[in-house]
Amino acid sequence: MAEITLKDIIKEENLVYKRSEIMTGKTLSYCPGCGHGTAHQIIAHTIQDMGIQEQTIGISPVGCSVLMYDFLDLDIQQAAHGRAPALATAIKRVMPEKFVFTYQGDGDLAAIGTAETIHACNRGENITIIFINNGIYGMTGGQMAPTTLEGMPTATCPYGRDTSIMGNPLKITELLALLPGTYYVTRQSVHTPRAVRQTKKAIRTAFENQKLNRGVSFVEIVSNCNSGWKLPPVKANEWMVENMFPFYPIGDMKVDGKIVNK
Amino acid sequence: MKKELRLMKGNEAVAEAAIRSGADAYFGYPITPQSEVLEYLMAEKPYERTGMVVLQAESEVSAINMVYGAAGCGRMVMTSSSSPGISLKQEGISYMTGAELPCLILNVVRGGPGLGTIQPSQSDYFQATKGGGHGDYRMIVLAPASVQEMYDFVELAFDLAFKYRTPTMILSDGIIGQMMEKLEIGPQKPRRTPEEIAKQCPWATVGKPKNRERNIITSLDLSAVRQEEKNLKLQAKYKEIREKEVRYELINCEDADYILVAYGSSARLSMKAMDILRAKGVKVGILRLITLFPFPTKIIKEITPKVKGFLAVEMSCGQMVEDLRLAVEFKKPVEHFGRVGGMIPSPEEIVEALEQKIIGG
Repeated sequence: MAEITLKDIIKEENLVYKRSEIMTGKTLSYCPGCGHGTAHQIIAHTIQDMGIQEQTIGISPVGCSVLMYDFLDLDIQQAAHGRAPALATAIKRVMPEKFVFTYQGDGDLAAIGTAETIHACNRGENITIIFINNGIYGMTGGQMAPTTLEGMPTATCPYGRDTSIMGNPLKITELLALLPGTYYVTRQSVHTPRAVRQTKKAIRTAFENQKLNRGVSFVEIVSNCNSGWKLPPVKANEWMVENMFPFYPIGDMKVDGKIVNK
Repeated sequence: MKKELRLMKGNEAVAEAAIRSGADAYFGYPITPQSEVLEYLMAEKPYERTGMVVLQAESEVSAINMVYGAAGCGRMVMTSSSSPGISLKQEGISYMTGAELPCLILNVVRGGPGLGTIQPSQSDYFQATKGGGHGDYRMIVLAPASVQEMYDFVELAFDLAFKYRTPTMILSDGIIGQMMEKLEIGPQKPRRTPEEIAKQCPWATVGKPKNRERNIITSLDLSAVRQEEKNLKLQAKYKEIREKEVRYELINCEDADYILVAYGSSARLSMKAMDILRAKGVKVGILRLITLFPFPTKIIKEITPKVKGFLAVEMSCGQMVEDLRLAVEFKKPVEHFGRVGGMIPSPEEIVEALEQKIIGG
């Protein structure tokens, strides 16, 4: 029997997930196993499914995903570190009929951009915020993030995060859910096909909500950083499930403007 | 057509001019002595008059980044602040310059450094004309000397900002911002339609149609080769601005032996000083700078051989005087006189300074 090659497997009829037309096809700059690529793909599919490419403006952050505009075939603005919600506020207010989303990492959204994040959420800007939380600064080489777990080592806390010196990991999503300006707040992940399906549903809801004009839709994606965590992809995902999920539990926090009681 | 006259504060004139010139948005944060801009806009409800967006941001940092967002959509957008707030905006201004976005920034200068004082000053000249934020860049800087010019320069600043795709600043001060004067205001211009914006700003991020490439607003390019090209492109733009956009006013310079060089409030104060000196028989003229960048180097070179000396009058410890010295190239005496920290020089002090530092010097 002839050997089965990759070429035999990767055929149109065998593909369950196809690359979205909204992806440019440019090779991703992310490390192998990183969640960013999957998150991008989900956003691209959502925009394609909704047929809103022409009505969508994205905002990329500072961090690994700064080059998001290379990968998504959309009109995109690149923001200064942490300022994406301020850009989104203005873009949506001058063009209320458009779909506006920010894509931000934990350092961007929950440290340097805390003020912009909280106030955009508190004003109830009618935007979608996608928040990638991997507990570390990826692009600059694995330094401590606001969401770095207690005891977790990074380049700037090489002996692990000592909360008595470095403060506590920030559950900013829980905080934002309390604000009257947020309409939908959820925490998801992209490490399994099931998680991808859940996240796709969440991001679809977050975009659909913009039609309602009820406030911010906020989707946190707990993700991995193989390079920063110094773990191979599979191990990184296992570490994430064991360590990140207990502190950052997956699930909806606020739906249709109402806090979800667990 | 009958002229429409008003009695307004300088800050209010800027706000009304923004509405009437068809601006799309204003984002700001309160700070003395410029809060009347935001107050006036909120009271006027331009979102009802023209559809103009007005929003009080949570900080100056956020306000300038809102300006970035709206400007990236090709919108006519402005912000205003005073010195400490303008320092906070420098990050955004640098990014906007890098991303080549047009906008208007009003700085109603107060004394510094730090929290300084709320009294008028001209101590932000360096910050405004030499870049201000990080990176190799310049801003077009207009210096109004009256409430009328506060009004008129808004539309001019927007025109220049869009012509060159660059942030443009109106560098005013606490005197011009707070004082009331009679002014003539123009008719209401319609805001541009989305179609007009798309035509004027084909680079704007307004949603990507199938038949065009995606538009990207960014100041980032990780390739040093391309980043150098980008810098050289910006410098070429500044060269064109230096050649085409110099604005100044010469007052009684034809027969002048001495020239007072000043802008904004200092130019107004220098007018009185000139009158006193002329009454004494001293032939004094004024070079009033209207653009601070570009600096009117050419006219200064032309005047230099005809005069005995220059006195830079500015409410700083000596900032604009450095550009003046570069233009005069040490061919004639150039001295500086200024009061600082919110103190305003009297015309008599200017007279004395010219007599002691230049005439007697």
